[in-house]
Amino acid sequence: MSESKLHFFSNEPLVALLGNPNCGKTALFNLLTGSRQKVANYSGVTVERKEGRLSLDSGKNIRILDLPGAYSLYPRSLDEKVTCNVLLGRAEGEKRPDLVVCILSAMNLRRNLRLVLAAKRLGLPCVVVLNMLDIAKRQGLEINTDALSKELGLPVLTSIGIQADGADGIKSFFNQLDWKDLSALRTGTSDATLENAASHIAHSESDNIQVQRILKSLGLDQIIPDRFSDRLDSVLLHPIIGPIILAALLFFIFQAVFSWATVPMDLIKTTIEYFGGLLGEVLPNNWLRSLLINGVLAGLGGVVIFLPQILILFFFILLLEESGYLPRAAFLLDRVMGSVGLSGRSFIPLLSSFACAIPGIMATRSISNSRDRLVTILIAPMMTCSARLPVYALLISAFIPNQKLWMGIDLQGLVLFLLYLAGIFGAMGVAWILKRFTSEQFRMNALMMELPSYHMPRLGNLAISLWQRAEIFLRRVGGIILIMTVALWVLSSFPTPPDWATGSPIQYSIAGMLGQALAHVFSPIGFNWQISIALVPGMAAREVVVSSLATVYALSSSSADAADALIPLISTSWSLATALSLLAWFVFAPQCLSTIAAVKRETGGWKIPAIMLSYLFGLAYLASFITYHLAVFYGLG
Amino acid sequence: MHLDQVVLNSPYRVSGVNPPKGAPQIKGQLEDIGFLPGEQVTLLRKGLLGKGPFMVRVGSSTFALRKSEAHMIEVELEPHV
Repeated sequence: MSESKLHFFSNEPLVALLGNPNCGKTALFNLLTGSRQKVANYSGVTVERKEGRLSLDSGKNIRILDLPGAYSLYPRSLDEKVTCNVLLGRAEGEKRPDLVVCILSAMNLRRNLRLVLAAKRLGLPCVVVLNMLDIAKRQGLEINTDALSKELGLPVLTSIGIQADGADGIKSFFNQLDWKDLSALRTGTSDATLENAASHIAHSESDNIQVQRILKSLGLDQIIPDRFSDRLDSVLLHPIIGPIILAALLFFIFQAVFSWATVPMDLIKTTIEYFGGLLGEVLPNNWLRSLLINGVLAGLGGVVIFLPQILILFFFILLLEESGYLPRAAFLLDRVMGSVGLSGRSFIPLLSSFACAIPGIMATRSISNSRDRLVTILIAPMMTCSARLPVYALLISAFIPNQKLWMGIDLQGLVLFLLYLAGIFGAMGVAWILKRFTSEQFRMNALMMELPSYHMPRLGNLAISLWQRAEIFLRRVGGIILIMTVALWVLSSFPTPPDWATGSPIQYSIAGMLGQALAHVFSPIGFNWQISIALVPGMAAREVVVSSLATVYALSSSSADAADALIPLISTSWSLATALSLLAWFVFAPQCLSTIAAVKRETGGWKIPAIMLSYLFGLAYLASFITYHLAVFYGLG
Repeated sequence: MHLDQVVLNSPYRVSGVNPPKGAPQIKGQLEDIGFLPGEQVTLLRKGLLGKGPFMVRVGSSTFALRKSEAHMIEVELEPHV
């Protein structure tokens, strides 16, 4: 074990929460630990690790680990592998739990009980918690917990995950527990090993027989359908009405992300500009002032400006997830996505990427199939993000005549629409090609997705999850964005221009030299050296290209009216072929550094970001090359 | 009978899972989510034109399966009680 992987094991007892997906485990975890949670990743994998702390009446603290949901203890997905390894004490840098709390959904006893039987074999002290008892009662399901406890040989507690005091039974059990000696709760032998395929199949059949016997003896072997969910599904999953509702919902969310975010985004922008102006007055005009204003402050602004869109988007995604609608949306879209080798689950992340690729890439966490998740991350940047709009707007208003086509369709609007379409079809094409390279085995298990019962989302759970997303974004992604922005500032500011310089200062900097070198690479696709230079700082954020172009053309205007000043200039000095080529470039070109940082963070290495960079670069170059030469051929050069 | 061929909304019992030769691990996967012999299963939806995805209730939980996945599940008519 290398030094960096050693964790500090406190001697506080570690309790692991184990349960099927959709058993209400995370809601209980929130009730037990409140806001005292830490979210990180398990060592070496991208599975989210959630730990919290609970103070007992005695003043003693216990650590509570919310394990990834598992259907069985035979690992099939990355999530289940982590769960098994933690329970066996094999996870790198993790202590083996002192106590396992098996959470059962009272609505799904048969499937959940099989997991309890498997957990008992681990040889760890176990307690059973019967959750969602309120819903079960409402549906006329009476569960005799004493009899269940006798059958399982374990204490059975009850909880209601959606009530503020719903976990009090668990808390008082923990308070009365003798944490020094938990052996009374241990049923199996402690030399448990991981199941192999044969033992697992044998166990799941014998466990099933035992579960059916237990359910029969408790009088619970009748299946009570969930009429409320069934009634909702008859509308929401209706072959015609269902997709219409989904489309309306998505349209509303999309609108909300763009329109609700404008006010806070403008506020952030003015605040940053205000502080920039303030610093500009206070500090003398030297490199330090430039670093603070154009490096640090601009970088900070570039991070925080995304936050409103990310929060609004995640608010809706979490709302849909908590209510149980999200898997239904995936269900409705599975056919479309399946045609290019993805599943319906990829849809929401891709949709999010129209606002910004970063929340889109973060949202891929809900895709359980790791192959589908990678493909989704790889194609997400091709969805036209909002940062590309200023560039499109500049080029379209400079080069595309503002004229009406038939039926009042605006030519400029049509071009913008085509640019969006080009991104979507490009993404679908890449996914389709990647499907060819995927082995049959991975293609088989693409769906098998649970459609849980609908329930009212709890605001408390939403707030905790939303806070965690914001924290992940600001801390992990934000740090890298800030560093990269400062680095780009260094590149575009040094060395300073000589005294006899006549052009714009950026021309003499490292970025300028890079741009001039890049101009050789880009001249076959019609880019002049001014464009090539502007592309370098444009790596920080798409919209920066507009102000960079203004800098290169030595326009001394502020970014607000840079576009207006640029339009007459570039419309006379660039050919239409160059402009079209640049538009094509922006549809596919590698995203901003922030996206690369997010991909690195989500995939846990530089391999995927490197693949993404190179294939997007190649695709963009190809698209621009074809566009430019076609345009020149048709006399637009 | 395979699960993709049954009558909508009528109860059946799972009798077994037959995975394709190339992917034997799917059997365990389907068993883990509840497709075990003797479990009650109902086909709720077949998707547009019956091509999927299928909405299936097994025990008291509901799953979305692709047609190919549903085809692997062998069922028999629920014996009348």
